[in-house]
Amino acid sequence: MKKISFTFLILGLLALIVGAIFGTLAGIQYIKPDFLKEVIAFNKMRPFHVSTVIGWIILCATGGIYYYLTNVLNLKLFSKKLAGAHLILFILSAVAIYVSFATGKMGGREYFAYAPLISVPILIGWILFGINYFKTVPKQVKGWPVYLWMWGTGIAFMIYHIGETNLWMIPYFRENFIRDITVQWKSYGSLAGCWNMLVYGTAIFLMSKIKNDDNVGRGRKTFFFYFLGLFNLMLGWAHHTYIIPNQPWIRILSYGASMTEWIIFISIIIDWKKSLSAEKKELNSMSYKFLMATDFWVFFNLIIALLISIPYINLFTHGTHITVAHSMGTTIGINTTILLASLFYIVNKEGKELLDKYRKIIKLGFWFFNISLGVFLICLLLGGVEKSIWMYFTDEPSSFGQMQDKIQPYMYVFLAAGFGLLAGILMVAVPMLNVLMKKSK
Amino acid sequence: MISLVIMFVIYNTVVYTQGTSNETPKMSEQAIKGEQLYQENNCTACHQFYGLGGYLGPDLTNVISQKNKGPAYVKAFLNSGIKTMPKFNFTEEEKDALTQFLTEVDQTGYYPNKDAETSASGWVGIKYKNR
Repeated sequence: MKKISFTFLILGLLALIVGAIFGTLAGIQYIKPDFLKEVIAFNKMRPFHVSTVIGWIILCATGGIYYYLTNVLNLKLFSKKLAGAHLILFILSAVAIYVSFATGKMGGREYFAYAPLISVPILIGWILFGINYFKTVPKQVKGWPVYLWMWGTGIAFMIYHIGETNLWMIPYFRENFIRDITVQWKSYGSLAGCWNMLVYGTAIFLMSKIKNDDNVGRGRKTFFFYFLGLFNLMLGWAHHTYIIPNQPWIRILSYGASMTEWIIFISIIIDWKKSLSAEKKELNSMSYKFLMATDFWVFFNLIIALLISIPYINLFTHGTHITVAHSMGTTIGINTTILLASLFYIVNKEGKELLDKYRKIIKLGFWFFNISLGVFLICLLLGGVEKSIWMYFTDEPSSFGQMQDKIQPYMYVFLAAGFGLLAGILMVAVPMLNVLMKKSK
Repeated sequence: MISLVIMFVIYNTVVYTQGTSNETPKMSEQAIKGEQLYQENNCTACHQFYGLGGYLGPDLTNVISQKNKGPAYVKAFLNSGIKTMPKFNFTEEEKDALTQFLTEVDQTGYYPNKDAETSASGWVGIKYKNR
């Protein structure tokens, strides 16, 4: 079973590296549109980047869950064959997605730009994962800690919402543009909630193991936050669609749901203060360091998320680079740091002596990653403010091209930070890839 | 758990029906063909509707009704390959379908919603086009 987990993790790390390279190339195209235009124009480069980095999150979270269930919690997996079939289906889907982009046979939906048929093997893969999970865990664990609930919830809702992303193929949805675009973004908001369940569950699992304290995953407060996350997964999606002319009650409900996240925010501040003294004790653990980085990025991103969930602010920030800062901040700052922490935990357990050789370069990569990400997000926020002024506060707005020229200085720094981010990822990911590949032989 | 599932089913059903109901007429066959072309060429990588999509090109929600723009402006851009646009080879029939799609999207609402009503509670009442 370890081999299957490792293959998921190795493919995840490869997806992170390749996705970051595609992202950097797309960044160059954003500033110099003629760059590689005849080879891979931006309308293909962007989906290559987006799909690959989503692949990183899914593959790494999945590989981690398989590993933790069988190697740390020591559960007997219901079926290794199902896990193998799950892996094969995901590999075949990844190949099919790349072929779809390379040949231009695209479905052209945001985040799901590949040919729609490819959703079928992906969906079957998730169903197999779900069968394996729910046939394994309930029989062998009584009184689930919260991370087991989160992983189970993430898998179950993922199956539903992947189906929901394809509702546009039914004429009832497709023939009504407002219904189509609302349901499309409902499914995306909830899908992000699903993978957050998988990734945040992993974070809680890691915290309980690093602190060697099973209570981290239990208790009323922990489960309260789980239900709050679930509530937001189901209802909080509509801040993506405040501006779409659907029924106002959808937006009111979402506004209310999103504001409950202030509770999480306040709790983070209190817990962070408490954890300050404990931090020093664990300073040498890269896994712990990445989790501390997550703490910081959660704080930063939650402020942005909460602000843009207020309709009055959303009116001016929606459709600007501030929204991109929010999505990239959460996927890179939160999801990626948690998943890297998860990988460090596994690699340390499996081949600490091999990883020790790279300790200096990894530490350097850690700082490259975090500092570059900070600059990267600040540039996006500044670019977003300029675009918002252009959209709402200019009597005679200049052309779109002139507005783009105006924000270009920020975008040059954004690109430089993107190179820094890529360098940081390479310094952290390549050593882990080396160790995992040696250990999987 | 069962009550949670039932609530989720009811909520989704209401969103899919009443919550997303609006006064917009069904899209015509030609517009649906235009939307298909829009998707097959992954225009969303660069363009937006209601601020949702890519950022390399402009938002297209109201490109048809916007001052100094309109169907002829859109058609002139489609195969030009200038600046950031890839050089497409749409036939006249395909250009008509794409323009029809954009025309019918334009009829659904406003973006940016400059005449939205704001209140001290943070709430925003957006202006609807077809009410």
